[in-house]
Amino acid sequence: MRAYEIAFRGICQRRVSSLITICAVALACSMLMLVWAFKKEAERSFAGANGGFDAVLGPRGSKLQIVLNGLYHLDESPGLMKWDDYEQIAKFPAIEAAYPIAVGDNYRGCRLVGTVPEYLQNHYYTDGKPFELESGGELFSDESMRAVAGSLAARRLGIGVGDTFQPYHGLIFNENAIHEEVYTVSGVLEPTGTPADRVIWIPIKGIQTMSGHNPAAATDISAVLLKFKQGANMAGFQLDMLYNKQGNRLTLAWPADRTIIQFFDKISWIDKALQAMTALVVIIAGGSILAILYNAMNERRRDIAVLRALGAKKMTVFSISLLEALGMSFAGVIAGFAAYALFGFAVGEVVQRETGVALNPFIGNASMIWAPVGMLGIGFLSGLVPSVKAYRTEVSRNLS
Amino acid sequence: MSLLSIKGLVKRYPSDSGAQIDVLRIPSLLVEPGEQILLKGESGSGKSTLLNLIAGIVVADEGEIALSGENICALSESARDAHRACSLGYVFQNFNLLNGYTSLENVELGMSFGSGVDRSYAKNLLDRVGLGNRQGYRPEELSQGQKQRVAVARALANRPKLVLADEPTGNLDPKNANLSLELIQSLCSENGAALILVSHDPDLDYRFERTLELAELNQTGMARAEGGST
Repeated sequence: MRAYEIAFRGICQRRVSSLITICAVALACSMLMLVWAFKKEAERSFAGANGGFDAVLGPRGSKLQIVLNGLYHLDESPGLMKWDDYEQIAKFPAIEAAYPIAVGDNYRGCRLVGTVPEYLQNHYYTDGKPFELESGGELFSDESMRAVAGSLAARRLGIGVGDTFQPYHGLIFNENAIHEEVYTVSGVLEPTGTPADRVIWIPIKGIQTMSGHNPAAATDISAVLLKFKQGANMAGFQLDMLYNKQGNRLTLAWPADRTIIQFFDKISWIDKALQAMTALVVIIAGGSILAILYNAMNERRRDIAVLRALGAKKMTVFSISLLEALGMSFAGVIAGFAAYALFGFAVGEVVQRETGVALNPFIGNASMIWAPVGMLGIGFLSGLVPSVKAYRTEVSRNLS
Repeated sequence: MSLLSIKGLVKRYPSDSGAQIDVLRIPSLLVEPGEQILLKGESGSGKSTLLNLIAGIVVADEGEIALSGENICALSESARDAHRACSLGYVFQNFNLLNGYTSLENVELGMSFGSGVDRSYAKNLLDRVGLGNRQGYRPEELSQGQKQRVAVARALANRPKLVLADEPTGNLDPKNANLSLELIQSLCSENGAALILVSHDPDLDYRFERTLELAELNQTGMARAEGGST
């Protein structure tokens, strides 16, 4: 019987305390990976879900609010801007594409976003990828009463091509605020993993002229999504100067993805709190291994003495104890990966449902190496004290 | 050549006052291969200490203990462990089986640190001690007598040259004690192993080729000392 088999037996013999230790290590390992890997993935995914736009022009207000509203379809618009503003910036030489959007209505909680058909027709939401419709679908035209549902919105609402619906006023669903217009779903978008999946797209004039909306604002829009021409690196600085520093009516959120990164930076205190909690769990996991093996060592002096009497070397009993610590840590790390996968998948689903941003927690990340290695290291260090105790066990005193 | 040769053996332990006291002083003792010796002595007389010295578990302060010509007192601790794993079998009064292990695994543990596990030989040994049908039983599922039989099988698992048995019948009823004793002796004979069996039972002399009184062997005057863990 080899040392690792004896160590495995030791773990199995104390199955309750071993299980608790394994769970503590698993919790610590999965938390380490979740706190670090998930944060990175969230930042990467949110920054990458900018829909292929470089900047957003909106009414005077917070850049973050403009980006959240314009690109992520979260939060409210800080106000309205004129159609002329859209036309003006669209003519700016460095602008490759400019798409106006208007918001203000919903269908059963799903936001309706008014835009021009060219947006869904010509724009690449990420490198070389245009929006695509599920088979049998069609885009709307400027004047039509047609709608294109994002994949998540269609799934959530249970709507498909040919279905009709009446929009509700406002961004929050209120069943008493129903509009009289009837829209027909003409298409459903293929999943894009961007916030475009969780909204319903209609012609911009539909939002602007919806019954009950202020006729005076019938040409107003909420924001303009901007894509710069390749190599037009200075465009952002020029427009920033023009709109943010010299002007006072509009705000240019540029670069769009940096705005969202800055948002993550602003809530970095949550990370710090989570990191502190994780550190505590790691300490508890390490302490748990130490306490369980140390106590077990007191109960197992006789067994160790018997093994020594049977010819086990001091280093053998030392190794057995250390292997027990490493074995529990290893099992904890494996369980930690499973917990991470499970929790990561669940969080990813929630995030995608709420924001449309597809997180992939299974993308390789440095924390997936250092967290398990770190936990094994802590298991090793925690196992040293009881292992030294096993090494020093006096055979003659503990043999009965 | 004698299997075991002890010359000028001295073992000291510190007294309560801190002074070193001789607990064993054995000028000479020879054990021949296959010989079976009964070592008698009262509690605290140093019987277990002598067995531990022969096993290399404790180290002599003076003298020489040679097993098959090799002085184990001169060996490093690691070498003494190897000597124990390969050349000695040990039977304890309290059996000292490991609780999480089956009978078969307990016997295999007796081989694990020496030449390696030979499962068929371990099964043969259990068959030989009458526990072939209890191989998968754990110690808590066995009677006292059965536990001792597993311990005997374990002691012989590494095909030792010498078996040390420390009061092996002390925790058994007379019937089981008798059976165990017969088993130890016959198995040692079958395997060609010498046996030193420690007991304070006065009725065992007739079973052994030679009986040694530790009180006569030990020249410290401590053989009748009270208590202690010696």
